[in-house]
Amino acid sequence: METGTDRVKRGLAEMLKGGVIMDVVNAEQAMIAEEAGAVAVMALERVPADIRSQGGVARMADPEKIQEIIDSVSIPVMGKVRIGHFVEAQVLQSLGVDYVDESEVLTPADEENHIDKWAFTTPFVCGARNLGEALRRIGEGAAMIRTKGEAGTGNVVEAVRHMRTMNREIRALTTMEEGELMTAAKSMGAPFDLVREVAASGRLPVVNFAAGGIATPADAALMMQLGCDGVFVGSGIFKSTDPAPRARAIVESVTFYDTPETIAKVSRGLGEAMVGIEMGTLEDSELLQTRGW
Amino acid sequence: MATVGVLALQGDVREHANAIQAAGGMWTPVRHPEDLDGIDALILPGGESTTIGRLAGIYGLIEPLRAAIADGLPTLGTCAGMIFLAAGMMQGEQVQLGVLDVIVERNAFGRQNESFEANLEVAGFDRPFRAVFIRAPWVVKVGGGVEVVATVDDHPVMVRQGNILASSFHPELTSDVRIHTMVLQAAESRDPRDGER
Repeated sequence: METGTDRVKRGLAEMLKGGVIMDVVNAEQAMIAEEAGAVAVMALERVPADIRSQGGVARMADPEKIQEIIDSVSIPVMGKVRIGHFVEAQVLQSLGVDYVDESEVLTPADEENHIDKWAFTTPFVCGARNLGEALRRIGEGAAMIRTKGEAGTGNVVEAVRHMRTMNREIRALTTMEEGELMTAAKSMGAPFDLVREVAASGRLPVVNFAAGGIATPADAALMMQLGCDGVFVGSGIFKSTDPAPRARAIVESVTFYDTPETIAKVSRGLGEAMVGIEMGTLEDSELLQTRGW
Repeated sequence: MATVGVLALQGDVREHANAIQAAGGMWTPVRHPEDLDGIDALILPGGESTTIGRLAGIYGLIEPLRAAIADGLPTLGTCAGMIFLAAGMMQGEQVQLGVLDVIVERNAFGRQNESFEANLEVAGFDRPFRAVFIRAPWVVKVGGGVEVVATVDDHPVMVRQGNILASSFHPELTSDVRIHTMVLQAAESRDPRDGER
């Protein structure tokens, strides 16, 4: 019996496809998420919108809180660690968390290096804004990728930008001849063997979810139509006025993302979505997506 | 050529579709009751069984699925698909079809850190099957008409009951298509009259 193999790590992400992963800060929210049909929950101390408004250093959640969430649901539980903070990752692995998110939403612990994710049995998901960043993370051992988007804004524009960028860069690779791939790898700063793999297959070698700013069923379906495998919803659910119906509606809109009648039906009467932030009002220093490289 | 319907509410639909195509069949997604018309076999994929059960309930698929499977439609369920087919669970309650006479235990091997792959002896296969277990269930109790096809440490991880085949593991995650070939063979050898529902 072999544990922690590539197939086992990437395989769990395959099982999450077509699903919604929801940010939760306690057992009560985790149970609401599970009941609504979430495929997994992300256990954290504060949702991104609160991290953004309250400021300060954002770290891994209290292990007691993570344990409480693990004990409350039967679906997989993910947890966030700071970029480069491999000890926080060791702690989450020891708690039995099912996926570790090395996340720009928390304050980075290392401004140069990401975690060596091959050293862990627990699989990792990492954010990316473009193909080069995604392939660097996969090269470090990430078993799942998500768009960075701009977390805690309720504004989907950055997630759309990141997904479109990745799609465009993948398409471009598939049209190149073998002799052009090394230059492509050099210019995007990505491992050559992974560049060749993507050029041949026309897709990322791991599952790719949308994250960052998804607040409505239509936002979720938009990301699915752009080719994502599933979505993370952070602040969008529990920062809205009525979380449970919104959570259910987003789950249904991800399954029926190509059926506008269903999206229309599930979007009715959901109450106020979270208050959004227009990108132009954010200073560069307030952007989370530029953390990591 | 046989067409296999893959329940496409959530989960690793694409891997099953690829495996069916690699085994020489065609596939079609099943999201609504009418999608069951004209298919020769059915696959319930891996995924989150709570999510799949809930969506199947809301979108009116439970009774049509039960009827089609009871009518003899060759059916394969993997991991979450096995849980969905089963008659009950050791702990908790969720939407299940109840067409496969077994009781399952969810996440029986443990959490993701205990997920594993291993070479598995499967009854009727001349060489082991590389089996990938992800937060996998196992079978706790089997009813009279159920044949155990493979076990891990004496726990049944693959069972057959008439037209239904179910595994705790994910044959769709490897390039070995022997299990998908069994589904296609069952679809092709089915009495054509059965298909005219």
